[in-house]
Amino acid sequence: MDIKEIRKDFPIFNEDIVYLDSGATSQRPKQVIEKINEFYERANANPHRGSYKLSIEATEAYEGSRRKVAEFINAKHHEEVIFTKNATEALNLVAYSYGMDNIKQDDEIVISIMEHHSNLVPWQKVAKKNQAKLKYMYINDNFELDKQEIQNKITKNTKIVGITHVSNVLGTINPVKDIIDIAHKNGAIVILDASQSIPHMKIDVQDLDADFVVFSGHKMLAPLGIGVLYGKKDILDKMSPFILGGDMIEYVYEQDTTFATLPNKFEAGTQNVGGAVGLAAAIDYMNSIGYNNIEEAEREVVGYAISKLKELDFVKLYCTNNLENHLSVLSFNIDGIHPHDVSTILDSVNVAIRSGNHCAQPLLRFLGIDATCRASFSFYNTKEDVDKLIIGIKKANELFNKYKR
Amino acid sequence: MNYLINIKDKVNIMNDLTDIYNDIIMEHSLASYNKRKLENPDMVEKGHNPNCGDEIEIELKMDGNIIKDIAFTGHGCAISQSSTSIMIDVLKGKSIEEAMDIIKTFIGMIKREIKDEEELKKLEEAIAFRNISNMPARVKCALLAWHTLEDMLNKKND
Repeated sequence: MDIKEIRKDFPIFNEDIVYLDSGATSQRPKQVIEKINEFYERANANPHRGSYKLSIEATEAYEGSRRKVAEFINAKHHEEVIFTKNATEALNLVAYSYGMDNIKQDDEIVISIMEHHSNLVPWQKVAKKNQAKLKYMYINDNFELDKQEIQNKITKNTKIVGITHVSNVLGTINPVKDIIDIAHKNGAIVILDASQSIPHMKIDVQDLDADFVVFSGHKMLAPLGIGVLYGKKDILDKMSPFILGGDMIEYVYEQDTTFATLPNKFEAGTQNVGGAVGLAAAIDYMNSIGYNNIEEAEREVVGYAISKLKELDFVKLYCTNNLENHLSVLSFNIDGIHPHDVSTILDSVNVAIRSGNHCAQPLLRFLGIDATCRASFSFYNTKEDVDKLIIGIKKANELFNKYKR
Repeated sequence: MNYLINIKDKVNIMNDLTDIYNDIIMEHSLASYNKRKLENPDMVEKGHNPNCGDEIEIELKMDGNIIKDIAFTGHGCAISQSSTSIMIDVLKGKSIEEAMDIIKTFIGMIKREIKDEEELKKLEEAIAFRNISNMPARVKCALLAWHTLEDMLNKKND
């Protein structure tokens, strides 16, 4: 795979920018942007509504995208794929439509300390409302979840387990197959947040056997505003709808309503068809490169970044030593410099990184820090990008060293 | 296309980082004599930027209408820490009305609404932050302490 050629597909790289914030949102190749344009220029109409040709075309574009997503994640049935605004909305859908109705007093919901706020705050609300318990699986000194910790926390009282596949702060790949297995043996269902994993590694929902899987399109080359909830059909069928309105109903009477079947039951109102078309194009693009190539390219560049950062004695890296359990995301701090200042100084040399708490305040509190610098990588990043990052980090350190006492 | 032009403009402005990380700001951010606790403060208020986690606590001691002493504790980036410390230097000994006027002028400078050199003179050392307006992402860091104190003085006036 020739990264230099691949970078030409991304118009944003015509600018002199080192983009190391793909964990927040990826860049998009022109193949995706063109497909979205093509939809709005040639096939735009409200799907599922009109009986004219254009509306039928829009419906086909939308439902074709659903089939493409289903195939991509190896769902058994295409109606197990529900389009949402993003992973956050998908998690809220599960929390409200499954959690609120199924969690009883004294039941336990188990999540990990490395969850993004979107897979944490909704469960807090469910636990409070239903007088259930929210329990955390904590990480060890190597920023990983021990099997022992998982077995200790998931018990017969556990009804729901929420787990991120890959931490958006640490890059740790969690042992989700073990977690799902232990949860199922205890009679709990599992919600897997694949937002940080699916841009980098193959997700096979049947192989994982997760009950729900969520992810955002915009972190995997698709446009902003389109996300996916996968759920097992038998569970989704039993759930009540989340958002009510048009297109999700069967019959509406003055005082009563019956609801549509899957997937429409969970897709109220006019949907983001352009977004779904863009997501399908992103999947085509990723398939054309192939996960094998993506993983290989990222391992090389991220491995190089880790070795370069470790050479700097004023940098602290928050990363597991087991590199086979890590991908993409590198959190670090420079001794005596706040991450926001680091990020501003890196911006002055056109290196874009994230700084802050990364929507994971409980994790940062657990680690005893307020914020980190976060560089996150995609297959389009190069070793030259890493070199520029290192130059910027050295510059920041020099600038502040003058004033340190 | 405007986005890209703006990025380029910003980069040119940003080439001289020392516009922002100048001596005054750096000295105050790394070792501030204003970072301490007051004995029996009249008012205490927390300021917080939830997006970045910066957190300060300002303590205020009044002598009638005059700000007799101010101090702060907390953590955050160089911009928020130094801005708090410099604000304390500038406003200590001022009346509530003078302080409110200076706070409004500082906010006006950061928002580029006040550019008149004569008017900006009353900011004293706090004028060191004028280039922060070139960095929209950092404006909230510079304003945190000033907004917090503005709220405190408004409450005092009520």
